[in-house]
Amino acid sequence: MTTSSTTSQPYEAGYAESGSGRVYTVTGGDWEDVLGHGEQEAERIVVNMGPQHPSTHGVLRLVLEIEGETVTETRLVIGYLHTGIEKSCEYRTWTQAVTFLTRADYLSPLYNETAYCLSVERLLGITEQIPERATVIRVLVMELQRIASHLVWLATGGMELGATTAMIFGFREREKVLDLLELITGLRMNHAFVRPGGLAQDLPDGADRAIREFLLEMPKRIEEYHRLLTGQPIWKARMVDVNILDAAGCIALGVTGPVLRAAGLPWDLRKTMPYCGYETYEFDVPTELDGDSFARYLVRLNEMGESLKIVEQCLDRLRPGPVMVADKKIAWPAQLAIGSDGMGNSLEHIRKIMGTSMEALIHHFKLVTEGFRVPAGQVYTQVESPRGELGYHVVSDGGTRPFRVHVRDPSFVNLQAVPALTEGGQVADVIVGVASVDPVLGGVDR
Amino acid sequence: MSGENGTPQDAAGELVEAGELVEAGGQARGPGLRQDAFGAGGTGDTSGFGGLVAPVPVLTSSERPFVDADANTVYDTLERVFPQLGEAVERAVVDRGELTLYVRREALLALARTLRDDPGLRFELLSSLSGVDYPADLTGRRLHSVVHLTSMTHRRRLRVEVSVGDDDPTLPSLTSVWPTADWHEREAYDLFGIVYTGHPGLTRIMMPDDWIGHPQRKDYPLGGIPVDYKGATIPPPDERRSYS
Repeated sequence: MTTSSTTSQPYEAGYAESGSGRVYTVTGGDWEDVLGHGEQEAERIVVNMGPQHPSTHGVLRLVLEIEGETVTETRLVIGYLHTGIEKSCEYRTWTQAVTFLTRADYLSPLYNETAYCLSVERLLGITEQIPERATVIRVLVMELQRIASHLVWLATGGMELGATTAMIFGFREREKVLDLLELITGLRMNHAFVRPGGLAQDLPDGADRAIREFLLEMPKRIEEYHRLLTGQPIWKARMVDVNILDAAGCIALGVTGPVLRAAGLPWDLRKTMPYCGYETYEFDVPTELDGDSFARYLVRLNEMGESLKIVEQCLDRLRPGPVMVADKKIAWPAQLAIGSDGMGNSLEHIRKIMGTSMEALIHHFKLVTEGFRVPAGQVYTQVESPRGELGYHVVSDGGTRPFRVHVRDPSFVNLQAVPALTEGGQVADVIVGVASVDPVLGGVDR
Repeated sequence: MSGENGTPQDAAGELVEAGELVEAGGQARGPGLRQDAFGAGGTGDTSGFGGLVAPVPVLTSSERPFVDADANTVYDTLERVFPQLGEAVERAVVDRGELTLYVRREALLALARTLRDDPGLRFELLSSLSGVDYPADLTGRRLHSVVHLTSMTHRRRLRVEVSVGDDDPTLPSLTSVWPTADWHEREAYDLFGIVYTGHPGLTRIMMPDDWIGHPQRKDYPLGGIPVDYKGATIPPPDERRSYS
């Protein structure tokens, strides 16, 4: 049976007369005829990727314009995880704000806490009074978390490239770090462990031994990643010379962290603008020269080894002492202990303030309900998070609550580089590009 | 922060820009302080709430030379290479070792280019840009656009602050000087309603495109939480009991 009529519109049904009546044939027309455009236009397709997509690291949405396999334009849409953390802080005390901010970049919560607390301490003018032990423990947990964060990057980035072994390995070792952090802080994530003035509590018994066991174990694991991935042809084929961004491009786009160091600039705030006594630790800043995804992989892998060095130095220089500032007008008055129903204020402490000292009770009540006042002014404090410069712009009006807290999240800024990384490349390399930036959408959207 | 939402914190908390004004337990003195009407010594306060001596806000520049050596170097260099600095900068404040330049919006772009390009300054990296809303700003320009610059060459930091009024919240975009300002400015526009002229695509970035209002302004209405018990509600955060 042949089509006996051709219609003027290519996508209208054709028909043929047969013995049993008219038979319609519905077919699609030629794509160019349907669109009525020239060939160039018809080749261009806009593809929406995300926000619910397993390889966009959470709720990132990419709008890609592609011609064949080539990406001509990349646009990013964010905001799907915006929870108003900055605004919420303005209605809580200075200490309570930690609980919000730790949830911003959820793969490096201790960096959020430390950067914020350093800001508050500078506003209070008590930076010099922070006990040595508190600072060393801050550095210790931050470096442990850097390892955990890079391991998540290795795991999720590997999975997105189809390297499921990398995923299993990465999450396996990350779990060991999270166990350590749980032992130290009580929580695997969102610790609220660092407080203005010091820490919520001291290291528990057995932490030293557990961390040292991890320090013995981890270098072998990093060696294992190198043996598994660094020379592997498929891994290299996906990453070498892909998503190149040079140092000048990084600085223009504000990109910091491993992406910048992979482009050859050894800009690490721990070295260049030290805080928390980082200038007294011995460690190197790994850099690479190629500025591609593979260089970023190498930088992150090597950084884990450097973090292990710092953790070991922290353990060696830990001396007994307080972990909270001595000023009782700032130090949180709780003395935590494990009771039959979990962790809480220790019964001895409650017995003491309830039974023996009215002033201590009033003091406790005022600090917990009202909080402390912070002199008016503004500061900007930055730390080197696993993703780059994490900055806190904190403004006080002299009250017991932050007037304004702004988080300069490295993921937010680094994501701006994704169009520069992916345009002109292949669609499949978009996945590599996003993964090589290592964005955490909790931090991007806040 | 006039008592629009009526919390005690807002009534007491004026933002004082310059220096330290109240010496703990000491005599209230200096141009920035109101003396107690009864002539009490010290703060005259027995309540513990520090209520009797209220700081009277004043806007002043810090005295030259600044206490911070880096701040001095930056300012001296600027005076040398940017002759119109006097008109461009309203105030220069050094507080807690950080130099803040309060810049008129007309001069922002020219100053920004000098800050980036001059070999003695070289602020190559725009680290952060954030909006701040001061409803009780003494100049009447409540919306502040605060830029934190980093000089990677000299390892210095600098804060540049531009304030604009509610009625004309426009200032030039910095995207032509530092491309990274793009998303930062979109965020400040979205959450504070600051309009950056010359920005390549000033659209909302955190909130949905059809959102009305700018949520991080201090007078943005907050919602309460309904409770399923006898029609009770939890009031919005700014109407809850607070202690300051």
